[in-house]
Amino acid sequence: MSMLSEIVTALKDRFADVADSEFRGQARLVVPPLHCLSAMRCLKNEYGFDMLVDITCVDYLNFRDATDRFGLVYVLANTESNLRLIVRVMLNEPDLAVPSVTPLWEGANWMEREVWDMFGIRFEGHPDLRRILLPEEFAAHPLRKDYPLQGRGERHNFPVLTRAEA
Amino acid sequence: MAIELPENVVVSKLDSLANWCRKNSLWPMPFATACCGIELMATGASRHDLARFGAEVFRFSPRQCDLMIVAGRVAMKMLPVLQRIWQQMHEPKWCISMGACASTGGVFDTYAVVQGIDRFIPVDMYVPGCPPRPEQLIQAIIDLQDKIQAEGTIEGREFTTFVRQQRKRALMELPIIGASQIRTLPRQGVN
Amino acid sequence: MATTAHPTRPDFAENAREEDFLWTLNFGPQHPATHTTLRIVLKLDGERVVDAIPDIGYLHSGFEKIGEHLDYNQYVTVTDRMNYISPMANNVAWHHAVETLLGIELTPRCKYIRVLISELARISDHLLSTGAMGLDTGAFTFFLYAFYQREKIYDIFETLCGARFTNSYTRVGGVMYDITPLVVEKIRAFLKDFPKTLADMEKLLNRNRIFVDRTKDVGVLTKEEAINRSCTGPIARASGVTRDVRKDHPYLGYEDFDFQVCCAKAGDCFARYYVRMAEMRESLKILQQAVENIPPGPANIGIDERTTLPSKQQVYQTIEGTITHFELTMANRGFEVPCEEVYAATETGNGELGFYIAGDGSNVAYRARCRPPSFIHFAAFPHLIRGHTLSDIVAVLGSLNIIAAELDR
Repeated sequence: MSMLSEIVTALKDRFADVADSEFRGQARLVVPPLHCLSAMRCLKNEYGFDMLVDITCVDYLNFRDATDRFGLVYVLANTESNLRLIVRVMLNEPDLAVPSVTPLWEGANWMEREVWDMFGIRFEGHPDLRRILLPEEFAAHPLRKDYPLQGRGERHNFPVLTRAEA
Repeated sequence: MAIELPENVVVSKLDSLANWCRKNSLWPMPFATACCGIELMATGASRHDLARFGAEVFRFSPRQCDLMIVAGRVAMKMLPVLQRIWQQMHEPKWCISMGACASTGGVFDTYAVVQGIDRFIPVDMYVPGCPPRPEQLIQAIIDLQDKIQAEGTIEGREFTTFVRQQRKRALMELPIIGASQIRTLPRQGVN
Repeated sequence: MATTAHPTRPDFAENAREEDFLWTLNFGPQHPATHTTLRIVLKLDGERVVDAIPDIGYLHSGFEKIGEHLDYNQYVTVTDRMNYISPMANNVAWHHAVETLLGIELTPRCKYIRVLISELARISDHLLSTGAMGLDTGAFTFFLYAFYQREKIYDIFETLCGARFTNSYTRVGGVMYDITPLVVEKIRAFLKDFPKTLADMEKLLNRNRIFVDRTKDVGVLTKEEAINRSCTGPIARASGVTRDVRKDHPYLGYEDFDFQVCCAKAGDCFARYYVRMAEMRESLKILQQAVENIPPGPANIGIDERTTLPSKQQVYQTIEGTITHFELTMANRGFEVPCEEVYAATETGNGELGFYIAGDGSNVAYRARCRPPSFIHFAAFPHLIRGHTLSDIVAVLGSLNIIAAELDR
């Protein structure tokens, strides 16, 4: 834990507007979108966080006392020392874009595509930012909080086959 | 007056002969998408042994099959594939909708899951359960065999009856409920 | 269009265009060897795979959206359907994350029960993945052996919780039913019987010429690539990454058990098969230790914590029990959840299965993100298959153990 707090302090010294918090023993950083890529590069190259465990996003539309709309979540791990660090990047409309971390971790490719598919956050510099789970013609980003659970009729929109036709 | 028949000769209707052949040599096309697919595999594997009922010849080419078993939920992206495979199968053909998801959407009442394949393709037999036990699937196949024996005809006239031709009307579009109404509002602390 | 000289056919001109000798093949989404619904668009040069473009989402069912509408106990039924070849492991993973969010410390008995079911689920996962890999490479007997043993694990689960397959066994702070002596008896019988079958299975494939030729040096993933591509579980361990969540971040008291982390160096399909077979032996060791030392005491945490339903006796005879029961079953009540976010992971048969949960005070998760190992492993597939032949696709897919419901959610 002490190693982690050293890293957190070092990052806070180095980049402006970095906030940190801790919950149930999990260290978390909030990094502004501007420094996202450079902070990630620093964490990977200098502090040995060589594995990107997960990228996900939370839409804080209805969240109590939330000030930002979207929170991107990067879970990083160091395979040598087994440290884990959660880095969050807060985003607001209309500026929903962050630099892609695929140059640092190859594994980020599909995770970022999923976040684009589900939340509509653009990753600049991503090699192939297409929808991954939903069909290309799908119009919405379904994991946003303003999208209803049962959809907007996409699931009914198919021709009906009867015995006579096939 | 009695017609004298040699030994080993039986007289029957052509229809029931065809039905007898068809029902005992069902070749399933396993359209296995999700969990039910594992139970479908278990049905064919060691313990339950579907071969006892003459329906073990799983063929993955729709051209060689006459029974489609839709096992698992069908997502929006998958439905055109399902319809195309159904069209590629030769007549006479039957369809078993295995499990709650294929029949009604099951727990997945979401934007991406088709709420029952029978809205878009014809279904002959529904198997309840999430997933159904292998015994249930075997029972469904036996029931389908009975159905084929009872109402089948050699030209497939039973498929063109008025009831079978009916479209099952896909439900009208549901009203869009606002996100705030669907979600239970956060509790303001415990008293 | 790129111009490349053809590597083996001199009859193509020096500056032939790619489409002169490449052809496209559609693989899936309904294909026997994928076992699940995924599609790969292949660019082939004869039989050699030049490029593979995966197209997934054919089973996308909005799991994460449902997670925002079902409460913490209800959602466990949906996690069953996530990685459907080891549902128990998913139940444990989900409730591990929920309990991390709530800060609940489980009773020792509950921990042991969960270790037992996780390890049984791991064995059943590995049996299916190796069995299906054997099936794809032509070893049908191996598949039947594997499935027969899986049925025995199903029997144990059925005795334990009534459902043979989709168990939904865990609850926040405990389990649905306590373990019974009959289950312990069945697990003991399984432990006695299974090593023999496992030895037979190893004899069938480990030195089988056809199987070894089809899997050795196919789909090689190096250690650096495995880390860079976020691979975990048997896939990473077969490439020499000595990581296992059970050892690195022990949960459920895994630090008390004596077991090894199985690794290989080669990183090919055979290594992945071999690591899985070895892990089953280690799981047996854990099961052996766990089943003989199940601590006495309650399986669920006390009613003071107000998360698990009290027993009927407590409900009828004590006022605390009645109040807790009332609080938990009322639609607008429930347990208290902090407005916080956690990431918690467990080691399942496929790799690190993590959940990122954001709580907002209600007993429904605000966001329930699943980190699916299949999704991340399948992202490495084009890299693994490039340069191999068409027939190697099924070997690589089998060794990665892609489960579509977990891939697409």
